Amino acid sequence: MFGDKKNAMSDLASLEQRATAELSACTDEAALRAWNTKYFGNSGEVLAALKAIGGIPKEERKVYGQEANRIKEVLSKGYEEALAGAKERALNASLTANPLDVTLPGRPVARGRLHVATQIMRQIYAVFADMGFQVYRSREVESDEMNFELLNMPPHHPARDMWDTFHTTMPGVILRTHTSPGQIHVMREFFPNPIRVILPGMCYRYEAITTRSEIQFQQVEGLVIGTHVTMTDLKGTISAFARRLFGQERQVRFRSSYFPFTEPSIEVDIDWPKDDPNADRLTKGTGWLEIMGAGMVHPVVMRNGGYDPAQFSGFAFGMGPQRITMLKHAIDDIRQFWGNDLRFLRQF
Amino acid sequence: MKIPLSWLRDYIDITLPPAQLIERLTLAGLEVASTRVLGLPIPEGVRVKAEERGPVWDRDKIFVAQILSTEKHPNADKLKLPTVTWGEGTQKLLVTGAPNINVGDKGQKVVLALSGSVLFDGHAAERKLSELKPTTIRGLPSDAMVCSLLELGVSENKEDHTGIILLEDDAPVGMPLADFMGDTVIEVDVLPNTARCLAMIGVAREVAAITGQKLKPLAAGMQTTDEAIAGQVNVQIEDPTLSARYAAALIKNIKLGPAPGWMQRRLLYAGMRPISNIVDITNFVMLEWGQPLHAFDYDILVQRAGGKTPTIIVRPARDGEILVTLDKQERKLSPEHLVIADTKGPIALAGVMGGLETEVTEKTKNILLESASFNFVSIRRTFRHFDLPSEASARFSRGIHPETVKPAVERAADLMRQYAGGSVCKGLVDCYPAPRPPQVVDFKIAEMDRLLGFKIEPAEAIRILQALEYDVAPPPANAGGSPYKVTVPTHRLDVQEGTADLVEDIVRIYGYDRVPTTLLSEPLPKQQANEPIVFEEKVRDILVDCGLQEVVCYALTMPEKETLLLKPQGEYANPGDVPYVTLKNPISSERVVMRQSVLASVLEIAESNLRNTDDVRLFEIGFAYVPLAGRASDGPQLPDEPRRLAIVMTGNRGQEFWEGGGAKEKQLLDFFELKGVIEALTQDLHLKDTTYQPSKAAHLHPGKSATLRAGDRRIGDFGVLHPKVAQAYNLGERTILVAEFDVEALQAATPVRFSYTPVPRFPAALRDIAVVVDEAIPAEQIESEIRIAGGELLGDVKLFDLYRGNQIPAGTKSLAYALSYQAGDRTLADKEIDKAHRKIEDRLKNVLKAVIRGKE
Repeated sequence: MFGDKKNAMSDLASLEQRATAELSACTDEAALRAWNTKYFGNSGEVLAALKAIGGIPKEERKVYGQEANRIKEVLSKGYEEALAGAKERALNASLTANPLDVTLPGRPVARGRLHVATQIMRQIYAVFADMGFQVYRSREVESDEMNFELLNMPPHHPARDMWDTFHTTMPGVILRTHTSPGQIHVMREFFPNPIRVILPGMCYRYEAITTRSEIQFQQVEGLVIGTHVTMTDLKGTISAFARRLFGQERQVRFRSSYFPFTEPSIEVDIDWPKDDPNADRLTKGTGWLEIMGAGMVHPVVMRNGGYDPAQFSGFAFGMGPQRITMLKHAIDDIRQFWGNDLRFLRQF
Repeated sequence: MKIPLSWLRDYIDITLPPAQLIERLTLAGLEVASTRVLGLPIPEGVRVKAEERGPVWDRDKIFVAQILSTEKHPNADKLKLPTVTWGEGTQKLLVTGAPNINVGDKGQKVVLALSGSVLFDGHAAERKLSELKPTTIRGLPSDAMVCSLLELGVSENKEDHTGIILLEDDAPVGMPLADFMGDTVIEVDVLPNTARCLAMIGVAREVAAITGQKLKPLAAGMQTTDEAIAGQVNVQIEDPTLSARYAAALIKNIKLGPAPGWMQRRLLYAGMRPISNIVDITNFVMLEWGQPLHAFDYDILVQRAGGKTPTIIVRPARDGEILVTLDKQERKLSPEHLVIADTKGPIALAGVMGGLETEVTEKTKNILLESASFNFVSIRRTFRHFDLPSEASARFSRGIHPETVKPAVERAADLMRQYAGGSVCKGLVDCYPAPRPPQVVDFKIAEMDRLLGFKIEPAEAIRILQALEYDVAPPPANAGGSPYKVTVPTHRLDVQEGTADLVEDIVRIYGYDRVPTTLLSEPLPKQQANEPIVFEEKVRDILVDCGLQEVVCYALTMPEKETLLLKPQGEYANPGDVPYVTLKNPISSERVVMRQSVLASVLEIAESNLRNTDDVRLFEIGFAYVPLAGRASDGPQLPDEPRRLAIVMTGNRGQEFWEGGGAKEKQLLDFFELKGVIEALTQDLHLKDTTYQPSKAAHLHPGKSATLRAGDRRIGDFGVLHPKVAQAYNLGERTILVAEFDVEALQAATPVRFSYTPVPRFPAALRDIAVVVDEAIPAEQIESEIRIAGGELLGDVKLFDLYRGNQIPAGTKSLAYALSYQAGDRTLADKEIDKAHRKIEDRLKNVLKAVIRGKE
């Protein structure tokens, strides 16, 4: 077509006309791409028109060339614009078409979880770690000597009634009723250095399993020994712990109590948040809730651990992580912990 | 210990409102566990449990009244018509069915409730308050009634509704009942060191110290006749360490009858049932002084002595001696048990229960009243042995100071004179072979300051000690720093160490609310991590990341639950053969021994959860308790407590989702799912030289189980649970994946540190290789040969296909690997890669006789 020199210029004009008309007829990206191939492909018409310049007489070449290039520019620009427009329209259409029902359930993720008992233990470890307490663990099957005698409870001491004990068939071997035998272990290991530890672990009591009592439960005990350890430090340390675990605004109350291995002995209460709907039931209307027992290490226990009570002093405290969890989450059945029902465990 | 405040007021004026008294006692160590209010409005701030709330006795409607006459009901034989008055000019005819009101009765004092009173319904099954309304009973109008204990809310016992209350003769007619017998009763938890407060006087002493008031003078001594007790009874104590003191009083010509109304009421309010004047008086004095007493029929003692002077002997029982106790049980005794005997034999189980033969009966005329001090350990052993807990044994087994013996017996004897018509013989027979010396302890102000960390002024500290009846002698004026000598009052047995005990008494009365708070000023001790716990927590985190749920199980189990998992080689043929830490006093037959398999625990939890779901992925890190043979030189041989990790998985690989409809085929978890978890664990712990070999464990599927080793350390076995074992655990037909690892070995195999591998900066080239090898060659070996040949340039080796089938010879398998080649310092040229790849092909051909697919 472009071989015909005479009509070369008019051919160019009709090419432009045709291409422009076809371009404006393209409505979507696919049509535009096809148009582009037709005119700008390797054997496209615009390229052919440009190549045809060789056949144009010398004197006309310049004009032809200029016109052909102009047409190329115009069409190419028109194409880019049309393409951008088509993409924009397509995007807009896709953004509004077929919206999801966002209320459909999400794809379930396979989750693993720590047991709630481990979770609370980690919280307790972390709070005490911040105060310089290390974790010391000792055995669960214990000697009567460690569990009772060295803790100032000789055989038949009335205080032994406070712990219902599982005895084993080996004489003098029991399941520890509390983590307190760890106090003797740690003192004997650390003497004469100062001590600041928590002693976590499972304890056992000869009790009926009910919603309120278990044969096995965890305890976390604390022990601090040094030359300047005082009752005010005990109150400060426990207050700091209680506020970290239960909220900064908590008030801490000490009550006189009795444990054979501390003197003086106290129970620690905290004021329970009044906005907890269970507050009245939990605190029996008093507003206060017992969270742990504590006291200054008894001189007899101190000596049994190797420390001279005239030179050293110390405090100890003990709490039940299960009790703390039950308080925090209004759990009314302690059997849930070792029952390990997934429907329970998944809630924490 | 239940304390009616009206009773407490006998010993001290209570100026604090009840709510404050309760709080102060609680803070000072006598925790008030509950409060009951009888007939009065609940005092402000006092909490009474809903189930313990009773009627408020309306002062305008409920009165002390007197029966003027009693007529027969014209229409009913069982009903009677008493006419009562409740003050001048008042009179009312009532209808009652009370069996203790009879036709013709007059003069009795009763409780009258007028119409509109709110009381418990004595006939309803449950405790229900109802308003008394005018009604007609068998044709006669009735708009008031005489009341029983049950209706008034004093007693919860249905037996107390069989008759109405008959008040004492001197009850003031017309007094509102609330004023006459309304009360507030607090119940105090008595701890081992406050056993002295198992007595009204003990509690009164605490109130005195707390409020700074003085005790009222206590009733002391007894009015006696001229007849002396001396020569009428002898007392011997065989072993003063078992009984420090034994005192007896002799009361003659008593008349058995009811105790006075006020005394009965106090006992009732304090939780004891009135029985007779003699029994009630001994109980009353026990509650007042904390000293249990026992009354013998003196004439029977004389009879047993053949008419001569009886001799009371406190001694251990002889082996095989028999005593019939009050409850008519024949008790076989041994020298462990302390008895009260006479020359003929035992007459009472000391401190625990009296004997039947010498008990006080309606025929009793003369009483020998015992007040004694016994070794608390001995009493504890005896009442435990015979399972005879009582108010008396509760007190004796916690220890009672011997100085209480005398005032208590004198008080009781005098009450028997007053309320049982008895004549008290002069003097006591008081056997007190080794009087307890006064206990004097050192009190060092400097030590108090050191323990407390703040200053309580010495004068204040001493004031508190004196308020608690300690006798404080100041140190000599010129002896700087020497301690105060403090004499412990004779009602205290709990002071053990001196200053520490005194500090407790001082600070609890001073008030813990006044103790300041400080943070530890002590230098921080040497800091060191607890490696076993750090390691466990890391393992927990890895397994949770793998989608496993942690469980924590009971450590107590029964051997039958573990047999199939323990010692699979058949070392122990029967469950009973495995040595266990075994309980002497198990609470149930399912919790008898300390476990040795953590896997058994987790399987049990899996089984219970599989009733609600098909999918469980569980793990536990816990202890096993393995007895060691023999005996340690320095005490009992305690078991080893190694840690174990157990995993149990079963169910679907994916989770159900709504997309694509319900027709999807479910994929079940298999061996390689579990192995994936185990590989994640070994990789994250950076375990070196891990190997997997077919396991020989009998509880596992022989073809689908492996033993994991790290170097030469055996970590444990895992795989598919043997179908028979799965059935034994009630797990049905499911494929159960299990692992039980030795956490100690796992931790030992975990390197303390590891070096990172630099992240490549140059691109990797990927080449695939597919090899056909003999079926018997394990994949681990192929990969290992690839690595040996690949050398430094070889990066990842990833198996992406395993094929067995028609296209390759029978007895062979084809494994296809994607190999990545990489160098840390350059982009590899094709030639280098080709060379390395060929080397791998050659080695596989030579060493494993492999055929390289596509290059046959």
